[in-house]
Amino acid sequence: MKRPKPEPVQIVKQRRDAALRALVHGVPYIQFLGIQFDRRGDELTALLPFDEKLIGNPQLPAIHGGVTAAFLEVTAIIELSWSMVWEEMERGNLDPSTLDARHLPRLPKTIDFTVDYLRTGLPRDAYARARVNRSGRRYASVHVEAWQDNRSRLFAQATGHFLMPGVEPAGKDG
Amino acid sequence: MRVRESDMSDQKQRLARQFIESIPHSRALGMVLDQIEDGTATISMPYDTRFVGDPETGVIHGGAVSALMDTCGGAAVMSHPTAPTATATIDLRIDYMRPATPGQRITARAECYNVTRSVAFVRATAVDEDSARPVATATGAFTVERAPGTKS
Repeated sequence: MKRPKPEPVQIVKQRRDAALRALVHGVPYIQFLGIQFDRRGDELTALLPFDEKLIGNPQLPAIHGGVTAAFLEVTAIIELSWSMVWEEMERGNLDPSTLDARHLPRLPKTIDFTVDYLRTGLPRDAYARARVNRSGRRYASVHVEAWQDNRSRLFAQATGHFLMPGVEPAGKDG
Repeated sequence: MRVRESDMSDQKQRLARQFIESIPHSRALGMVLDQIEDGTATISMPYDTRFVGDPETGVIHGGAVSALMDTCGGAAVMSHPTAPTATATIDLRIDYMRPATPGQRITARAECYNVTRSVAFVRATAVDEDSARPVATATGAFTVERAPGTKS
């Protein structure tokens, strides 16, 4: 059998970037915090540019613990959704041009989320990466790490459990 | 940011207002301090379409609920009778029971139920207008800074 000619790299990149953009831009709260996502292949890095409205302690000053928690949770949810979108897209089952704010893949729902605050969040840009440790049919477990100047000096980390989309909320089907 | 004044004595009101009003992010989320006293605090925030996490349902993002819980937990620690001078979150776990109903105000109540010389333990509950069914619960540990020379 003849091997099909590989798609031009720009077409592939456009498709993947369009899918990521649809996922991120559809969520108002991500825009409110100003979180962006950088993509290298399937690997995502979340970026939180520093802004005055993110401050929780004006004396230090330091980023609000709630902002840190939100940044980590957003990163976890986007990573988990992205891993599902990526799979569908690579199989050819998903056309990103059909995705917009009203036609997004269903997002996973947070069951619980635990944040460790390791260092003060400084008034600088912050970065985060999430790792899906387990993704089952109904539940997923995701770990997230966030840092500022040095990748090896985390200022916060978190673990969350998520209910996968398309599954009835707990209680209805046990 | 505003403080509901009728519920509190003048001095507590002032301290509470200072605590919350000095926090830019709490102001950005429209948080209002409803009550603060002896290690408990109640803080609420309005529904706002900018805070939506799921565009399909219009439900507020869990991160905004976390910010509310964290602020409320910190306020509860600061209001503890042992008078900490500062606090920071060590860890915070949030359990999401159900989506908050779109359009409704979210209210968190935190209780600092134990303090040691350096650590405060807090639990919190968030509800919408249906206060019988919690939206989320949280437990956290906070640092406790004390003025030099104070005993715990």
